[in-house]
Amino acid sequence: MKNPLDDRGNASLSGNGSARVVASAFLSHEGGLHARPAIKVSQFAKRFQSRVWLGLSEEGPWIDAKSVARVIAMKAPSRIRLFFAAEGDDASDAVDGLVEMVASDFRNGSTRAR
Amino acid sequence: MKKNVGIVIVSHSPEVAKGTADMVRQMVGAEVPLAWCGGNPAGGLGTSVEAIGNAIAAAWSERGVAIMVDMGGAETNSEMAIEMLAPPKRAKVVVCNAPIVEGSVMAATESSGGASLDQVRHAAEELYMR
Repeated sequence: MKNPLDDRGNASLSGNGSARVVASAFLSHEGGLHARPAIKVSQFAKRFQSRVWLGLSEEGPWIDAKSVARVIAMKAPSRIRLFFAAEGDDASDAVDGLVEMVASDFRNGSTRAR
Repeated sequence: MKKNVGIVIVSHSPEVAKGTADMVRQMVGAEVPLAWCGGNPAGGLGTSVEAIGNAIAAAWSERGVAIMVDMGGAETNSEMAIEMLAPPKRAKVVVCNAPIVEGSVMAATESSGGASLDQVRHAAEELYMR
């Protein structure tokens, strides 16, 4: 069955009853979400079956967190709040892990166990 | 069997190829088969079909190999190196149309998550398709 979300994830609920999980974290990393942290975000997001998005506000617009090119191109600056959204069976784990990664200033990096 | 798509970096300059490979290793990690080559057999700038073939063998994965090139001869020599492979392997090697440094890092990041060769190529080319 086709996912009712569009590619940018701009919908609040999917049709199959699985709610979207959204959470945010303050990005304190010097230089913002530059190449290395962006790679860590997308590598981590790709471990999950759920679709995972990243945005600069709670309302989006959302970008695919599994696309390293799009995460880098976002050029998120330091000292802002990053929003993560996910939908799927492991959505909570994905969002929790990403929030923890940003909140811990990427110290655990991509080696963090799922 | 290696489970991730391999990445081969081909530049006219060995320093560019090695530096790009260093960036991939440090930014993405060690779980992606990776090889690089650059320079001609005389020690100058250039690329060599034989060296590219050796790099493909070094980075070989049953999931396939994505080659990242800088310009001109790097691309045509890579295509020749692919032509010289046995047909079953030939079908699993592609040359990506992307900037060599950015494309290598993005392709390796995609590969590190277990993506297919098509997905790896798409990640490398995603922001640069014209």
